[in-house]
Amino acid sequence: MPTNGETARQVRIKDLTLWQRTYIPEIVKGMVLTFKQILRPKFTRQYPEERWNPPSSFRGRPVLVEEEGVERCVACGLCARVCPALAIEVQGSETDLEKERYPIKFEINMLRCIFCGFCEEACPEEAIVMSDEYELVFTDPEKAIYGKDRLLMSADRLRPRLEFLRRAR
Amino acid sequence: MEFLIISTIKIVLVLLVVLTVVANLVFAERRISAFIQNRIGPNRVGPWGLLQAPADVLKLFIKEEIVPAKANKFVHTLAPIISISVALVTIAVVPFGNTIMLFGREIKLMVADVNVGILYILALTSLGVYGVTLSGWSSNNKYSLLGGLRSSAQLISYELSMGLSVVGVIMIAGTLELDRIVEMQSGLAWNAFLTPIGFITFVVASFAETNRLPFDLPEAEPELVGGYHTEYSGMKFGAFFLAEYSNMITSSALIVTLFLGGWQFPFLDTFGLSAMWVSIIQVLAFITKVGMMLFFYMWIRWTIPRFRYDQLMNLGWKVMLPLALANLVVTAIGVKLFT
Repeated sequence: MPTNGETARQVRIKDLTLWQRTYIPEIVKGMVLTFKQILRPKFTRQYPEERWNPPSSFRGRPVLVEEEGVERCVACGLCARVCPALAIEVQGSETDLEKERYPIKFEINMLRCIFCGFCEEACPEEAIVMSDEYELVFTDPEKAIYGKDRLLMSADRLRPRLEFLRRAR
Repeated sequence: MEFLIISTIKIVLVLLVVLTVVANLVFAERRISAFIQNRIGPNRVGPWGLLQAPADVLKLFIKEEIVPAKANKFVHTLAPIISISVALVTIAVVPFGNTIMLFGREIKLMVADVNVGILYILALTSLGVYGVTLSGWSSNNKYSLLGGLRSSAQLISYELSMGLSVVGVIMIAGTLELDRIVEMQSGLAWNAFLTPIGFITFVVASFAETNRLPFDLPEAEPELVGGYHTEYSGMKFGAFFLAEYSNMITSSALIVTLFLGGWQFPFLDTFGLSAMWVSIIQVLAFITKVGMMLFFYMWIRWTIPRFRYDQLMNLGWKVMLPLALANLVVTAIGVKLFT
């Protein structure tokens, strides 16, 4: 009989002892086991109240890193080029800032995004990274297209991920 | 006239209690199954999830009802009615307390004082299978039909050993009246201890009769897509659900009455309590015993996997029937020697 820690093996009826063949004691054993389970701690996470905090290696929704009120992105378009799901659309423009170019429009269609993280890998500026947010809700396909207003996230908030990327690369 | 009023009160009371308990049994089952699987279970509706039962009932009532186009409409509607009425009527003869004095009248705490109570129950529980079989047939669906067929085959195989194990009790008590049988089991002279084999065969047979796991072949979800009630929806499905759980209550009450001393509380008369308290404790004892049996039902359900059909038949005919017969002989000898 398979017990705790032992892997299941096939048992034939003829190999059973008479005691086991009377059925009842073995059923009682099983019932003791299930009763013990009632008293054990539960695995369930009470979700909306009790949230899961992902580790820094988690790939949540992609966001644009924002530093001192400006995004790091220089609108090179590499993320859009590498995106296997064609979810990203970038339109660059010129700016007086040091980085010279910035995205005038940056859109990610969250219905297309597959959370592969290629954009993050391709980005030369570490400007698009995968955040730890995993709750994506929209009631309308139009609303699934995230523009810059919803994509920007401060670098402080993304620190664990940025540190992880530095370590992992 | 007086008899009518008292009976009506008793009927309404018992029906109310049974229906409430049934609704909450579904909740209890979900909760207990969750605990056994290290989950929490439904705990969102109301405090501790206690309002889950009313919510479920409400949901069943407002659901759309679909009758298959090629179903036999009359039988399709009749089947759940048979199931539910049989399930609810059976509980009538089970005594849930000793005779009490209330407002100067002797009141027996059972709905109907039938002098052949056991026969009445055995007859009616066998009728219950018509509900299942007819629903399987009238749905015009192969899975439902298979479920219905299995149910009737199962019933025939287990009714025999059930009846035979009851005969042992009847021989000890010498009567078919359920309240007399309970009175015989005062102290710890419970029939479960006097005829342990009869007790086990009866319990196993009642599991088979109520279509509960490990014998729930008529509604085996993985094989039969829900079995006999595949084509039912709305409150008709709810009726089958209600019938299954009230059958559970009935058979638990029956097991308690026949084998576990009914409303007897061991050695209660030695405590020297007033008559009122004695009656209350007796009713509470009955309720507790039935509750524990119901928990046992659920506990078994989440412990033992479903039998294969041939295993079921083998167990029924090759093990249970000889065992019940042997028990009968042993009990007969015992009764002859000790009385």
